[in-house]
Amino acid sequence: MPLFERLYNFACWLTHDRHEAEDLVQETYVKALKGFSSFQPGTNFRAWIYKILRNAFLTSRTGLKAGATEPLEVDGEGANLPAMKDTPESILLQRSDWQLVQQALEQLPVVHREVLLLCEVEEMSYQEIAATLAIPMGTVMSRLSRARRALRVEVQKMQGVGAKA
Amino acid sequence: MVCDNWTEKLDIYLDGELPAAEARALSEHLRGCPGCAAESLSRVQQKRALQAAGHRFTPDPAFRARIEKSLAARRPARWSRLWFPALAGALALLIVGAVFLNLNRERRNEQRLLSELADLHVATLASSNPVDVVSTDRHTVKPWFQGKIPFTFNLPELQDTPFTLVGGRVSYLNQSPGAELIFRVRQHEISVFIFQERALENVSRDETAQSALSFNVRSWSHDGLRYFVIGDASSQDLDKVSELIKAAG
Repeated sequence: MPLFERLYNFACWLTHDRHEAEDLVQETYVKALKGFSSFQPGTNFRAWIYKILRNAFLTSRTGLKAGATEPLEVDGEGANLPAMKDTPESILLQRSDWQLVQQALEQLPVVHREVLLLCEVEEMSYQEIAATLAIPMGTVMSRLSRARRALRVEVQKMQGVGAKA
Repeated sequence: MVCDNWTEKLDIYLDGELPAAEARALSEHLRGCPGCAAESLSRVQQKRALQAAGHRFTPDPAFRARIEKSLAARRPARWSRLWFPALAGALALLIVGAVFLNLNRERRNEQRLLSELADLHVATLASSNPVDVVSTDRHTVKPWFQGKIPFTFNLPELQDTPFTLVGGRVSYLNQSPGAELIFRVRQHEISVFIFQERALENVSRDETAQSALSFNVRSWSHDGLRYFVIGDASSQDLDKVSELIKAAG
């Protein structure tokens, strides 16, 4: 089964639940097997199968709940992130504390989490991300930029909490 | 403090997606601007931390077994619904099949070979020591193979191309030793395998472009050697690196 480990990891990050992730991965393979004729040879297989998984997630209970409680579109004016001042103090991650990053990533809305995972963990090109999320390339760039900023803010918040504790 | 005109571009640059001319200009700027250089370092750290943090969940082997079983069970169910057309198709195939038997066998061999190469490529990337000779210098990598494999090959000049040589290792296919070279383009790693043709007797010698397990693959023969280029980079990148290697031939 191609990409099995990676799809499972991505599914866990989306659902925050191993059992749901297992269901999601299974559903993805079943749908991929059923719809394999719709896959056009020469196009990107990875983007195709991730798209199946993501669509399955969005229509799952957790995905629908996430859609109801989080903004699914944050590329417009609606994204009200605190402004970041690029001072030396704010330089992110003086130490690469991956546990802190994991916690921060968990806190992000799905729309930010998924684009960061596809870019940094799956190492997809912007074009592949655009195909997976069915959004234009320009939106991939702006969404990534917002997601990174949101992650930095989240990490800083946690560093603040850690320092006070 | 990041200079205003580069703020938006910095991430795109670090993702390896900035057009070449702009990337050169930004890289020039980073050399002379401590503010932007510090910011770019912190963003690289963020990328690395995310890469490490993101690989977090590993599936249970029992889950893998379960899903494989359930998928295997689905296939016959589909066939049973389609038994009549399948039977008619099978009869028709029987008649013409004999003619194409050799061709199919060759294709099957090729597919098996590509899967094996995809496995080798993935195993290399997953290894903590992906290459045995670590060097971007082709004049270091090529001589390293002397005495380790029973043939020699030429490596291309990569200056002014988006590709860099990461290094090489000895690889085995059909119990025969060959060379595996790792190139990098942006964040993608590409393996180039070189084996003697006589080790791959059952495989067509035609030049091919295909995919295996979603990896793009290019292959050709030259001078008794069979070349395979495999990676998750775009088809254009694979074509480019293949051309460079052929030109070095």
